[in-house]
Amino acid sequence: MGTFKSFVIKEFWHIIRDRKTLLVLLGMPVVQIILFGFALTNEVKNTEIYIANMAGDELSASLIAQIDASKYFQVAGTITQTKLADDLLKTGRARLVLVIPAGFGQQLRHQKEVSLQLLTDGTNPNLASTINSYLGIIVRDFRSRAMGELQLPMTLNVEPRMLYNPQLKGEYTFVPGVIAMVLMIICVMMTSVSIVKEKELGNMELLLVSPTRPHTIILAKAIPYFILSLVLVSIILLMSRFLLGIPIRGNLFLLYGVAALFIITALSLGMVISTITNSQQVAMLISLMGMMLPTIMFGGFMFPIENMPLPMQVISNIIPAKWFYYAINDIMIKGQGFAAVYKEVAIMAGFTLLFLAISYKKFNMRLG
Amino acid sequence: MISAQHISKSYGKKGEIKALQDVSFEVAPGTLFGLIGPDGAGKTTLFRILTTLLLPDAGEARVLGYDVKTQLPEIRSRVGYMPGRFSLYQDLSVEENLSFYATLFNTTIEKNYHLIKPIYQQIEPFKTRRAGALSGGMKQKLALCCALIHKPGVLFLDEPTTGVDVVSRKEFWDMLADLKKEGITILVSTPYMDEAALCDHIALLHEGKILSIAPPHQIAHSIKTVVWEVKVKKIYTAIQLLDGFAGVSSVYPFGESLHITLDDDRKDAGFVEAWLTRAGLTEVSIQAIEPGIEDAFLMMMTDTHKKSQS
Repeated sequence: MGTFKSFVIKEFWHIIRDRKTLLVLLGMPVVQIILFGFALTNEVKNTEIYIANMAGDELSASLIAQIDASKYFQVAGTITQTKLADDLLKTGRARLVLVIPAGFGQQLRHQKEVSLQLLTDGTNPNLASTINSYLGIIVRDFRSRAMGELQLPMTLNVEPRMLYNPQLKGEYTFVPGVIAMVLMIICVMMTSVSIVKEKELGNMELLLVSPTRPHTIILAKAIPYFILSLVLVSIILLMSRFLLGIPIRGNLFLLYGVAALFIITALSLGMVISTITNSQQVAMLISLMGMMLPTIMFGGFMFPIENMPLPMQVISNIIPAKWFYYAINDIMIKGQGFAAVYKEVAIMAGFTLLFLAISYKKFNMRLG
Repeated sequence: MISAQHISKSYGKKGEIKALQDVSFEVAPGTLFGLIGPDGAGKTTLFRILTTLLLPDAGEARVLGYDVKTQLPEIRSRVGYMPGRFSLYQDLSVEENLSFYATLFNTTIEKNYHLIKPIYQQIEPFKTRRAGALSGGMKQKLALCCALIHKPGVLFLDEPTTGVDVVSRKEFWDMLADLKKEGITILVSTPYMDEAALCDHIALLHEGKILSIAPPHQIAHSIKTVVWEVKVKKIYTAIQLLDGFAGVSSVYPFGESLHITLDDDRKDAGFVEAWLTRAGLTEVSIQAIEPGIEDAFLMMMTDTHKKSQS
């Protein structure tokens, strides 16, 4: 026990004294959360919109007021000629122009069916379609309200409602994704590199010629990274709760339990890599190219797996991060209990046992 | 204490690199045994086999009576090993390294402090310094302390003085002599011939084969050929003139001079001096000398080459 304790302490010294690496490890999730949360977002917030108001009546004014009042749009100006709208779009001063036809109020009262024209800059199709649907919601809302006020016969409306994430917030999907990615980097790459480093620098040669069992050596390596990972998960959760305002709906203990399981899965994967490689560079390459890339591609948080061709969907099943992402999504965003994630938990546990068995079998009691 | 019988080991896919070929030797308890040989002679491979880090392709070896192939835990907990490369943690301090290696062997610094005291006292003023910031000599002393902290029965030191200054080298060998008095059996390897004389027994290792095993003075005496020392101003020109010259069988540069041996029928080196002077070299002097270990080693090396060629 004394040996194990001093091993763990030694490992902590290694991590703490390597200031630069520690700074990167702690800074990485912070930077990723800020990047994904504020910069790399494709959601609409206070988008400038120009209104070409050909009608100029009471109802059009109230529609404009409603658009301006929503937090997605901000009316930057009103014009009265459609020709100007073209100029605005061409010169790039406007990316969005809503054309309200002449006699808007009149037509709405009598014909009940009016077409609004939305001119968008299609160079960013994703943004354009998002804006389109956002504006559509506002317009439908306006119409139903106007109909109620005007005492017109009710018409049935199909109104899509986004479950769990009604505002289609991008942060919701990326927070579990960032957790999965950060854990893959810390647990798989750092663990494998730090074990292989001992081989490369010759420390392992000395450690082997001692009564200490190799399993003690490797287990002791995993513990500091396990704790560091839990700290990082906490940092990410705190930032997403208080900086981005994303609620954690599910049970926090269950969330941490699943995270701890995934950390162990990733650590055992790191051990497998460390037992089959002898140089830090190879370990890093395998971790990055062989583990990080598939995690990003098939993890489910960057590209939806449902949209992939069948072979890709099959491959995604062997990516542990995918199961973690599903489970944590269920718990954190949907607020589900253990019953919803037992399958994912069982699969991760299976992966862990498999990795541990491989690294146990492959561990070299000698050199070379 | 240590016994090796017909140890062979080769590397490469087809075993084309023969690191050790049929190596056999015995180390008696409480003696200092030196493995002498140039880089690539197979010294490190031999150490790794004896410390159970590598499996020999053929042959048997026992350390403290335990088989290196099957009794790993028994050997690993009872020997002290200092690899050729500095293998302590550079980012841990002197004291942290030492106490880590103590707990690795389930012991403490205090328990065996008497054993390392004479060595550790020299680096104790720097105990809070990181091992990576130590000088070469201090690193070696720390590594020796770490190898000794569990009071091993046998100490394996792989080139402990390579890359260490002359003063520290001498200090290091003084320490080994003290440890021998404590009853610890020591197997040490070195490429330096002058250190060979400080061992009880030496084995000359060359290209994976043992050329000779004997106490150092006997190895030097085993040379029957007369060795001539040639002193001359332009050594390089002299080597070119003498290499292949009729009557001269071998030429080796030896620092400021040359050591040569003559063909068996030549009893006098006068013809060499005449040849060098005629070629325009100045300050030529030749005299017969007592052969040293290095002479013996070089001659045995040449002999094995001749044998393997014919």
